[in-house]
Amino acid sequence: MTYLLHIFILIGIYIILSLSLNLIAGYTGILSMAHAAFYGIGAYIAALMALNFNSPFILNLFLAVIGSSILGALVGIPSLRIKDDYFIIATFAFQIIIFNILNNLVSFTGGPMGLPGIPQPVIFGIKISSHFSFLVLTAILCAITYFICNKIVKSPFGRILKAIREDEVFTKSLGKNVSAYKVKIFMISSGLAAISGVMYATYITYIDPTSFTLMESIFIISIVIIGGAGNLKGSIVGAVVLVMLPEILRFVGLPNSIAANIRQMLYGGLLVVFMLWRPQGFIGEYSFNRNNENG
Amino acid sequence: MDNLLKIQNCNKHFNGIIALDDFSCEISKNEIVGLIGPNGAGKSTLFNVITGFISIDSGQITFNNHTITKKAPNKINKFGISRTFQGLRLIRQMTVLDNILLSFKKQPGEHLENVFFKNKKAKEIESENKRKALKLLKDTGIEDKANDLADDLSYGQQKLLSLLCCLASDAELLLLDEPIAGINPAMIEKILFIITELPKKGKSVILIEHNMDAVSQVCERVIFMDTGKKISEGTPEEVRNDPKVIEAYLE
Ligand SMILES: Nc1ncnc2c1ncn2[C@@H]1O[C@H](COP(=O)(O)OP(=O)(O)OP(=O)(O)O)[C@@H](O)[C@H]1O
Ligand SMILES: [Mg+2]
Repeated sequence: MTYLLHIFILIGIYIILSLSLNLIAGYTGILSMAHAAFYGIGAYIAALMALNFNSPFILNLFLAVIGSSILGALVGIPSLRIKDDYFIIATFAFQIIIFNILNNLVSFTGGPMGLPGIPQPVIFGIKISSHFSFLVLTAILCAITYFICNKIVKSPFGRILKAIREDEVFTKSLGKNVSAYKVKIFMISSGLAAISGVMYATYITYIDPTSFTLMESIFIISIVIIGGAGNLKGSIVGAVVLVMLPEILRFVGLPNSIAANIRQMLYGGLLVVFMLWRPQGFIGEYSFNRNNENG
Repeated sequence: MDNLLKIQNCNKHFNGIIALDDFSCEISKNEIVGLIGPNGAGKSTLFNVITGFISIDSGQITFNNHTITKKAPNKINKFGISRTFQGLRLIRQMTVLDNILLSFKKQPGEHLENVFFKNKKAKEIESENKRKALKLLKDTGIEDKANDLADDLSYGQQKLLSLLCCLASDAELLLLDEPIAGINPAMIEKILFIITELPKKGKSVILIEHNMDAVSQVCERVIFMDTGKKISEGTPEEVRNDPKVIEAYLE
């Protein structure tokens, strides 16, 4: 039972990550490979606040979201000048820089040793410590994230994001400040990713840089693509399927060490299969291989 | 006549190719001006320059007495200039209705704070815009396509839609780049009719078009350009009979 609850909590964490990345990648059409960096920044901000100042969970969550979205602007701004493939490489670089900062700033982040003993959340006097209460909290945060993302994509603001994805030149010609929208959506998306980080840090009570690597970013983008870019429900489906899949492998009786390797291959293989035969994912509305080159 | 757009001594080179060569012209309020000339004359370049997509090497452009020379495309649209593209741009994976809704100016719902707060005003304007958009579609006989993807329209209907997007943006000056090229005669009539009605609504048009009959039908004034230069200007009749124009076409 605890094991099942644990899987559900992880699914919740990845739903928040994929929903938020979908705003950038699926709706605005900008592939970013730096999402795990924001996940990590959220985790570290909350962990450091709790460990050093013993500050309340809600405040830590708030600061993590704000801090991460400010860094999100830093990644969003280059996207205004660097296009497509080159921007993906720029996000790779950002991801690696953040990893290295977390890994090497030993006196501050604990370096490879990580940060142990992160306090569990206390919200309005209620201590969240059982698996079940963590699941409830994660579910609430998932619902809030879904609500925010859904409001955005259904609004005229979201209409502009989709227009940017399809044809930036046309969108500019209609008087929309494309740059401002890109930076804003990067900030929102990075801020939301931090929520997952805070949940992860306070749930596991230990973090180290290996949870926030480039591999993790690739995993999150795989969820978005396989679930369906440009569709919020797709992100939920994707997170459920991709988090459950390796667990099912384990049930089949594969030893842990082999399962871990097979897992990587499986994600890679799935990504290729989907890109080739179903680029819009399970239920997506956008496939990255489509070009518009008229005009 | 009231001056609306003033282009003074504009030059534009693309590594060696002269696209605009000391080009000047003026457009007044409530007039339709035809812009004609052979392929590669620089007509579309002129549109790109006016709308800020291409920056000029030298020269000055003013609109309603505001200098718009070095402004960004989105700013220029806000001054009241709207355009279509020769290569027909639309948001193909959006519905016809959404394409028009996207084109309206000053939408409170496009501001992030209104996505979550002060919902009422934003909602009112959105439904008001929806009403206007449906009316535009109804007036032009494609209201049954409102919820189809723009991609699923015929080519002629797509050209009509891109014109409707211009109308929705409520610009004072419309730059139309070959709006009737490659479409059937019935649709040509429909689009030309919309264009001829525009001056009555206080709008001006610059119309790039190779079809001289259509130009003569809707324009009081025509500018002929070749190799980036203005060669001739006057009524369609005058320009057609100008020896310099005949010479340019014979070359
Ligand atoms: N972005 C660009 N980069 C390089 N050269 C360009 C660019 N845009 C236009 N040109 C060149 O400038 C010249 C003028 O092109 P333009 O598209 O303005 O002609 P046009 O009068 O619109 O012709 P058409 O009737 O064929 O549409 C052409 O020689 C063209 O190749
Ligand atoms: Mg042209």
